[in-house]
Amino acid sequence: MIHTKRLATPYIVWMVLFTVVPLGIVFYYAFTDSITGQFTLENIIRIQSYMPIFIKSIWLALISTLVCLIIGYPVAYYIAQCPPSRQRLLYLLVMLPMCISFLLRTMAWVSLLDDTGIINRLIQAMGMKPLPLIRNNGAVILGMVYNYLPYMILPLYSVILKIDSRLIEAAQDLGCNSPQVFTKVIFPLSMPGVISGFTMVFVPAVSTFYISQKLGSSGTTLIGDVIESQFKAAYNPNLGAALSLILMVLVFICIGITRRVSGTEEVAMP
Amino acid sequence: MSKELIRLIDCSMAFDDEIVLDSINLSIKNEEFLTLLGPSGCGKTTTLRIIGGFLQATSGDVLFDGERINDVPPYQRKVNTVFQRYALFPHLDVYENVAFGLRLAKLPEQEIDERVTEMLEIVSLKGFENRSISQLSGGQQQRVAIARALVNRPKVLLLDEPLGALDLRLRKDMQQELKRIQQTLGITFVYVTHDQEEALSMSDTVVVMDRGRIQQIGTPEDIYNEPENAFVADFIGESNILDGVMLEDYVVKFFGRKFRCLDAGFEPNEPVDVVVRPEDVEIVTPEKGQLTGTVTSVTFMGVHYDTIVDFHGFKWLIQTTEHHDVDEVIGIRLGPDDIHIMHRSEYSGMFGDYSSYSEEYDEMNDPDLYPEDLSEDSSESEEGAAEEGSET
Repeated sequence: MIHTKRLATPYIVWMVLFTVVPLGIVFYYAFTDSITGQFTLENIIRIQSYMPIFIKSIWLALISTLVCLIIGYPVAYYIAQCPPSRQRLLYLLVMLPMCISFLLRTMAWVSLLDDTGIINRLIQAMGMKPLPLIRNNGAVILGMVYNYLPYMILPLYSVILKIDSRLIEAAQDLGCNSPQVFTKVIFPLSMPGVISGFTMVFVPAVSTFYISQKLGSSGTTLIGDVIESQFKAAYNPNLGAALSLILMVLVFICIGITRRVSGTEEVAMP
Repeated sequence: MSKELIRLIDCSMAFDDEIVLDSINLSIKNEEFLTLLGPSGCGKTTTLRIIGGFLQATSGDVLFDGERINDVPPYQRKVNTVFQRYALFPHLDVYENVAFGLRLAKLPEQEIDERVTEMLEIVSLKGFENRSISQLSGGQQQRVAIARALVNRPKVLLLDEPLGALDLRLRKDMQQELKRIQQTLGITFVYVTHDQEEALSMSDTVVVMDRGRIQQIGTPEDIYNEPENAFVADFIGESNILDGVMLEDYVVKFFGRKFRCLDAGFEPNEPVDVVVRPEDVEIVTPEKGQLTGTVTSVTFMGVHYDTIVDFHGFKWLIQTTEHHDVDEVIGIRLGPDDIHIMHRSEYSGMFGDYSSYSEEYDEMNDPDLYPEDLSEDSSESEEGAAEEGSET
């Protein structure tokens, strides 16, 4: 249908201008020298020294994503079981934090967790020693989970909502008790939502920089921070471009593995 | 065949004060093919779901083999269900769908394999083991659903409009197939349908339901030949239902004329509903007729003509193999066994007049037919909607 194709034109133009072309520029920078502008593999080779940071970023992002899944699944399941009017209210509540600036929310956590923050002052007021709540991996994971949890809940909710209640009855009819109904029918059928939520949390989490700067320490520098510093402080956009490129490839590999493991190609969008 | 397997005692069901089932009493015998028949919203699916354990009756008891099972959850009941539109597991292939119940029972792999293979053979789906559900046609999905339920060797198979989504030809084939499977395996079938032909051709016992109540229980022949009230007479086959007066035993008067009949046991001069089946009417010349009327419409139906005849303003449907022209004056004769007498009921006067013939055919789909019944319909709207959809 020629007409429906035409409808996509604005988007295609947008994609080319702001995704395909910039990606080409990233490619160009990644494979050229910062001073001479000559073709070089130097940037890619230098990335080796950043491998521990890559691994750490992926590791923290994976943990955050799993925590989001563990917290988010029961929430999504509960919302999907509620009567429609309450569903709308709860859906709104899940969405609500997303309406407030990401920066502000992270700063709020700083003022909560800081050594002289609200929580520690409360603890001290009760006569106990302050706790190291900030500038560690835990704080970074907390920040990621808090910020990205809605992106896990929403796709899960929309998939669980669509599961046919007769399938659950059929499972009961064939001998499933309640835990078995969940493991044998509901969870496998919600797999597209799990994958989609996983992707939507993991991808921003792995490349985040602000959370790790505010809630982490020099020991929790993530790859996002390194990339940011290459474009700002260090001014080596060529290395920054190479790092971005490798990160992109690693993200693709991670998503590919998750899909292979879960055995589904289908991905649900909220 | 004689032993009782399931008994419902005074089962009622109400959703938000809407009474969907009103004191149902029903006995289902072992190895019986019993059909719950009725229009949308009559309570037949609710009854089935109470037997399956998916609904708990608001009041009343469900007995299985003499034991009360009201509080037994579905997964512990010795019944399996073939759901409306099948409810097959989309994440499993044909083999795993059928093996689902056996795996839960933790049977040895070899036995699972034998039983699944055998069952797929019975439903003629050998070679489809590794197909995904979405690759199957409606009829094939239907057979997977039957295999998935039967492979567990239940004592009772519950079937909720299992053929509703199939086209006519396939439906006929599957009707015979189901009857054959039921007889081969000797399993009790409880079958829900709104299709009276299906009910008559497959069942040992038919339970006609309407407005949450059982209207009549009997063999298909009983139900057809001796309907208990105007609803049953109209719902099962075509009927002309006339106002009459029972003068004495074996004599009924309608249209100002006395007729002999085979019914007795009514009060003298009791007002009654008189049923005359369209195929029982003999058309003769006007002089020889007990009644005379004018043909107002003729429709060729293949085997016969549906002929509408006007008798003093009351229109009859007569099915005849001979063609009569519109406006022709004809006579009819009725023998004693062509007339069936029923007591008056809440349904009297609602059915059996063919003045608006074409509408008569749509009545099963027509939600406005029972206006005072609407509230009840809506409380069971899910069932109603599903049935409506499957009829088209």
